[in-house]
Amino acid sequence: MAEPLLEVRNLKVSFRSEDGVVKAVDGVSLTLAEGETLGIVGESGSGKSVTMMSVMRLITDPNARFEGEVIYKGRDLMALTQDQIRGIRGAGIAMIFQDPMTSLNPVHRVGWQIAEQIRAHERISEKAARARAIALLNSVGIPHASERVDDYPHHFSGGMRQRVMIAMALSCSPDILIADEPTTALDVTIQAQILRLIKELRDDFGTAVVLITHDMGVVAETADRVAVMYAGRIVEQGSRRDVFYQPQHPYTWGLLGSIARLDRPKPKRLATIPGLPPSLLNLASGCAFRVRCAHRFERCLQTPPLLDRLGNGHLDACHLEPQAKKDARAGAAPPELVEDAP
Amino acid sequence: MSTGHDGDALLRVEHVKKHFPIRKGILLQREVARVHAVDDVSFDLRSGETLGLVGESGCGKSTLARCIARLYELTSGSVIFDGRDISRLPRRRLRPVRRGLQMVFQDPYASLNPRKRVGTIISDPLRIHRRGNRGEIKRQVRQLLELVGLSPEHVNRYPHEFSGGQRQRIGVARALALHPRLIIADEPVSALDVSIRAQVINLLDDLQDELSLTYIFIAHDLGVVRHVSDRIAVMYLGKIVEISPAEELYRRPVHPYTEALLSAVPIPDPDLSDQREHIVLEGDVPSPVAPPPGCRFHPRCRYATDICTREEPPLVAHGSPDHVAACHHPLSFSRAAAGGTPASVEDA
Repeated sequence: MAEPLLEVRNLKVSFRSEDGVVKAVDGVSLTLAEGETLGIVGESGSGKSVTMMSVMRLITDPNARFEGEVIYKGRDLMALTQDQIRGIRGAGIAMIFQDPMTSLNPVHRVGWQIAEQIRAHERISEKAARARAIALLNSVGIPHASERVDDYPHHFSGGMRQRVMIAMALSCSPDILIADEPTTALDVTIQAQILRLIKELRDDFGTAVVLITHDMGVVAETADRVAVMYAGRIVEQGSRRDVFYQPQHPYTWGLLGSIARLDRPKPKRLATIPGLPPSLLNLASGCAFRVRCAHRFERCLQTPPLLDRLGNGHLDACHLEPQAKKDARAGAAPPELVEDAP
Repeated sequence: MSTGHDGDALLRVEHVKKHFPIRKGILLQREVARVHAVDDVSFDLRSGETLGLVGESGCGKSTLARCIARLYELTSGSVIFDGRDISRLPRRRLRPVRRGLQMVFQDPYASLNPRKRVGTIISDPLRIHRRGNRGEIKRQVRQLLELVGLSPEHVNRYPHEFSGGQRQRIGVARALALHPRLIIADEPVSALDVSIRAQVINLLDDLQDELSLTYIFIAHDLGVVRHVSDRIAVMYLGKIVEISPAEELYRRPVHPYTEALLSAVPIPDPDLSDQREHIVLEGDVPSPVAPPPGCRFHPRCRYATDICTREEPPLVAHGSPDHVAACHHPLSFSRAAAGGTPASVEDA
């Protein structure tokens, strides 16, 4: 296997607070190959955003503590100074955020904002930067780009603003695009447009994408590989087909089961995961999911490592033997369906 | 409680319009334009039924809900609840109506007063409507908390001490306090995480069976709407474009907008998702200030022809009297009969 483009090694991020230490990310390891799309799924507070924000070194909270390494092109990003990391942000790794309403500066024209970024990384005239901004807006599908380049963010709809964000992220042709819930604030039809755009970028420019989302459907549609996070750890990681068709972790089973799906007959009741996600404050050791898990046993008191238990590159962090998992899933009563008229 | 006329309409919404004026000028405040938020919407709701209301942001679904609950004054049209036209009732006479008609709101963080204890929040409606003395009210609050799956010991806590899902349960308990017959739930689970969402949906389901409630359930998640609804109404730019029994809508959409909406929902199944046709609607929803003439969907519709730009299609039945849609080129019928498959907009 070729050298990965980005490698996160045992990343730990914790925040000191009045009540104790919050372990937001607790030993995450990831790789991202060139041109690959990695989907990171999990619920709020699972650490998916904090992981990628740490990779970009965007967390400046004085109470935050970082451990681990992030290797990008042979350099450890965690060891760089803020000046050095600024050269990588935007040019090597770019990020777009959930809320396109608040991530653009409302008092500057969008063209100016895009040009500003280009000029921060390259010695190029204002005029040339503006021309690049227009070309970029064009390439992300904004109609009449040469006129709209002088508009302010409030002139754009939510979907169009997200396109502007993407144009800005692409302005210095990064190798990696980190998209943090890029479509969560958008309507489904606009979401479909943005996801198609992200797919086109990957195909046209070979940009590797990290897609953070809570929507299993979005991951199924766009990612090559999937990592499922729970309480600051990756609990399962594998190819898209493996994770969706042979999920190994009970949390993933629960996630997949609790979605009201359009592609299946309607169950009488939705399956639920009982209880709430745990507080990350002074989290005890052991499997963090065990209190909500129907299959827990004594070993779950020890923290399960993320291992390739099947020998096919599909990792999971559950103590159950593969056969036991198979039996557990086969033994689960199928959902009672609503009688269905033909 | 009134007698249950099973099958009778509990709610009739007739030609409801809500236009918001846009004013200009400091002194004269003359009206320069109108936002056509809800434009001539009619439907019936049977007792015990759940009607799902779907559509994109700005289509008017929340405005419609607020018109029905009389949180907004209607521009025109009428709302007949339990046999009575409530659309023109003055505030004072509205109070007894509100006993039977309650709302649950989307944002469990914004819809609970952060300075009030949970007990006060839930007992407010009981006190306003004078439902018993202090002891009785206290007892009812405890029962309500249990009913929605919270511990009665939580009465003295503040909203910030609860998670999002628990807060939504508090909102539901407050809505249930006066034993309403109709609950309008405006995006009740959109702000919640997947695993919590399923819990709240199941709760609403159980409560419906137990208390024979009628729901109007507004959501933009089509999977959730299908799960809870008996019938579904699809709205676009202030109008209902299709109403149908839930399963039928998913199996056989008639309006091209419904078809596009369904196809835009990501499906958590990689192979299926790769195979199926994705209809990606181009552009944004037009402004409701100046909705397009004719069929409001025509600028984004891949089947649109000349007639669509001129004539507004009426809501007519397709297949069964329960399934109505407003389209000049309805899908599933003419198209299936003609055997024609439309060209994908992807190449356009």
